[in-house]
Amino acid sequence: MMARKLPAKDVVIIGLGWTGSILAYELASAGLDVIAIERGPWRDTATDFPPSYSPDELRYAIRLDLFLRPEQDTLTIRNNLSQTALPIRHFVSFLPGNGVGGAGVHWNGQTWRFLPTDFRLRSHLEQRYGKAALPEDMTIQDWPVSYDELEPYYDRFEKLCGTSGKAGNLRGEKQPGGNPFEGWRSSEYPTPPLKQTLGPTLFAEAARKLGHSPFPQPASNLSEAYTNPLGLRIGQCTYCGFCERFGCGNYSKSSPQVCVLPALMRLPNFSAQTECEVTRINLDSAGKRATGVTYVDTSGEEWEQPANIVLVCAYALFNVRMLLLSGIGKPYDGQSGQGVVGRNYAYQTTSSVGVILKDKILNPFIATGAHGMMIDDYNGDNFDHSGLGFVGGGYMGAGQTNARPIQTRPVPRGTPKWGTQWKKATAETYQRGFSLSTHGSSYSYRDCYLDLDPTYKDRFGRPLMRMTFDFHENELKMSAYLTDRLAEIARAMDPVEITANPRKGPYNVNIYQTTHNTGGTVMGADPATSVVNRFCQSWDVHNVFVPGGASVFPQNHGYNPTNTVGALAYWTADAIRQRYLKNPGPLA
Amino acid sequence: MRRTLIALALSVSFTGAATSEGTQSFDRIERGRYLAILGDCTGCHTKPGGAPFAGGLTLATPFGNLIAPNITPDQDTGIGHWTTEEFVSAVRDGRGHNGTRLYPAMPYPAYTKMSDDDVLALRSYFLTIAPVHNPVVANQLPFPFNIRLSMLFWNAVNFSPGRFQPDSQKSPQWNRGAYIVQGPGHCVTCHTPKNLLGGDKSDAALRGAVLQGWFAPNITGNERIGIARWSNDDLVRYLRSGANRWTLASGPMAEAVSHSTSQMSDEDLAALAAYLKDNGSGGPVSAPAAPDRNAMQAGAAIYKDNCAACHRDSGMGDEALFPRLAGSPLVQSEDPSSLVRVVLQGSRAVSTASAPTAPAMPPFDWRLDDSQVSAVLTYIRNNWGNVAAPVERDAVKNGRASLSSFP
Repeated sequence: MMARKLPAKDVVIIGLGWTGSILAYELASAGLDVIAIERGPWRDTATDFPPSYSPDELRYAIRLDLFLRPEQDTLTIRNNLSQTALPIRHFVSFLPGNGVGGAGVHWNGQTWRFLPTDFRLRSHLEQRYGKAALPEDMTIQDWPVSYDELEPYYDRFEKLCGTSGKAGNLRGEKQPGGNPFEGWRSSEYPTPPLKQTLGPTLFAEAARKLGHSPFPQPASNLSEAYTNPLGLRIGQCTYCGFCERFGCGNYSKSSPQVCVLPALMRLPNFSAQTECEVTRINLDSAGKRATGVTYVDTSGEEWEQPANIVLVCAYALFNVRMLLLSGIGKPYDGQSGQGVVGRNYAYQTTSSVGVILKDKILNPFIATGAHGMMIDDYNGDNFDHSGLGFVGGGYMGAGQTNARPIQTRPVPRGTPKWGTQWKKATAETYQRGFSLSTHGSSYSYRDCYLDLDPTYKDRFGRPLMRMTFDFHENELKMSAYLTDRLAEIARAMDPVEITANPRKGPYNVNIYQTTHNTGGTVMGADPATSVVNRFCQSWDVHNVFVPGGASVFPQNHGYNPTNTVGALAYWTADAIRQRYLKNPGPLA
Repeated sequence: MRRTLIALALSVSFTGAATSEGTQSFDRIERGRYLAILGDCTGCHTKPGGAPFAGGLTLATPFGNLIAPNITPDQDTGIGHWTTEEFVSAVRDGRGHNGTRLYPAMPYPAYTKMSDDDVLALRSYFLTIAPVHNPVVANQLPFPFNIRLSMLFWNAVNFSPGRFQPDSQKSPQWNRGAYIVQGPGHCVTCHTPKNLLGGDKSDAALRGAVLQGWFAPNITGNERIGIARWSNDDLVRYLRSGANRWTLASGPMAEAVSHSTSQMSDEDLAALAAYLKDNGSGGPVSAPAAPDRNAMQAGAAIYKDNCAACHRDSGMGDEALFPRLAGSPLVQSEDPSSLVRVVLQGSRAVSTASAPTAPAMPPFDWRLDDSQVSAVLTYIRNNWGNVAAPVERDAVKNGRASLSSFP
């Protein structure tokens, strides 16, 4: 059956999450006729995660109600090129979202900027430590944009979200109480920091005692009600502790639903098509211009949506696959190191230190996705790496994202895994136990990449994507070093017991770590080592953009990606509005 | 030079057209367009997603259903064949083409206050609407209400025709507000209690009335259940954006805000506020009975579990997001229909250009039984200094039953 052809639009957007909704709003308000095609369902606060049932740990955190189901789509995984990849049949290590709002629905709200040096990572490290300091197979590269260029766009995304925090550097002036290591900010956070609970407060005291500089984590769970530049209202967070894996029931966690969609849906030249999966981007006969997309609806019927501009706004992993399946850009070959699409896949190197305190009542259920006290002393190149044998780093500290009853069972070492003793230990420890964590960088390597699987196919008969990934020595050393530093602070908290869990290889897809999958369609200044240019525009097909999904990160840094994703979305929107529409063609 | 000539030619032809058809001058049509907004004509005469004013929206009245007719100038199915006199008479006297009697779902008992100029401007505007062929059988009422002649009797009892009479003691702004409220804005149509025949109880103007399963609240200056504690700015803000520090518009008022008040001029909104804030307290209100202690205790616990996440322990809510319950006139209103309905069915606030969020409350009908709803409503009506009659279990039961008739 031939796909039925629909009337043409100016812009078709694949995926309606953060980047899709931001681009849709920016382009539709510029007068373009925009349609977004979303694989998952429509999701709205009051109808899909109302406070009357959203805090349901079994439904959302265990059975993963809001997430992509492997039968919809999955990928295969192996640690290295010598192995045969097998399909993920149950997402654990990372949890791709599904539906309108995407990961913006189920995130914690941790809203970090990358460091200025992160954007010129390779040249900075080579300059400071010499070329030989970097492993031969490490493929990190400079970003094609600078921190200074992105700063106004970080600012815009934070104002969209109403992010709560304390600036540490206002236009170059250090600010007491903020992060002294952060890049300059043009303005203070839109709302003041969330109130801290006891655990983070105790961590901050101990960190300060050891000479570190703790500060409140920037949070998009708001400390007070706020109206964003689109006129949309965000409420005050209630510290219910159901952020990550959940939709926010009372409009206080920033998400596309709260921060963009009500204004977007008022625009008559925008429409959204949900529960429709784009199967490929269509190209003209020369393969130089996209003509639109083909998608399949829930009844299996195929539709062709012609458009002048195609925006690839799905989750990072699926952006990569969309380009591979559409034949846009040269696929990366892990054997030869040739090609670009799928190259420089990276992840996040996380670790933790479990702490059990003496006579404290932490009330850990008073929680938000992103309050907490952190230190940035060991992130990026904020500390001297000479002689350490690794590069990179991460922030670390004490958050308190939740203490939900099914998954929060802190017990002393040696406690049986079940039975009376376990129950007794849980009851005794619940109020005194919590976890500190590190959030480390994951640099890119020649043998960490994404390509199409030679064997396994999805429900439409398309090859699944294959992930080849393992932690490298550099990251494991980094994690060990950071975890040691964190354990020192933990010991200064006068604990009964601490348990340090540095990240260990090999990468295990069956242990939850984080949903920060990056790279694969990386942005760069050189078409030989990047898929999109500095305006997130495909080098090969100029009317295809990947506007800021984490798939454009050349490597992953020691922070959560969302703020950079949002900033790049605005950056790309401006490039399209101010440059591309005037003169459609390659922008770089 | 050439461009100037064309511009000159265009302006000449425009003036020519305007003089030859004085009733169709731009200014007059534009005034008519604005009057159609004041009168919220589209609220009934445009079906959601349908062509403007082509009719088709079903109005559920206590007497049966009426379908709003096609009022585009289509010759066969609209009002294209009506004379100007027939149009004026339909709007102000409830008598349409060839004298056919209209039902007072068409708010002619309010529109009768409209001036000649305004009705004629409205006529001019409606002549410019794109004609749409859409036959509508307006009268779906059961016997005996389907006999239009019965309106002869109804009018004799309930209808006092006559233009608006300004009060020379009051300011022009106040009089403008009074004119809109009583005339084109037809606020009285929903907010004034009705007698058994559905006529206005004119001695109780604006004291609140039930329609379509909602209670249109008391908008007199009553301290507890009226708008005495709202400032003029609160009123303007509410009418323009649908949200203020007290509440958010939902239910039928959401439509009125969306189609009508949010598009009114700043001057008219200020005039509405000036009049409503200086319109008396609506007369005495009976003292409510004290609530049952057990219900209050149960209500407090239910509130904490189900409501406090948004409306807060303090009952203060969050401006333009979650309505304030403490001190809220609607929460304390004599008739709890809207409260019962909102708790059972949930409710979405209106989205306007200045307050686009349209936050919504989820339904609790699946989660709270009748006595729980009655307890929590009794609690919010009698906590934080609020005083109102308890909500009986039967009121919730009836409210639940009525959800099917007014979905």
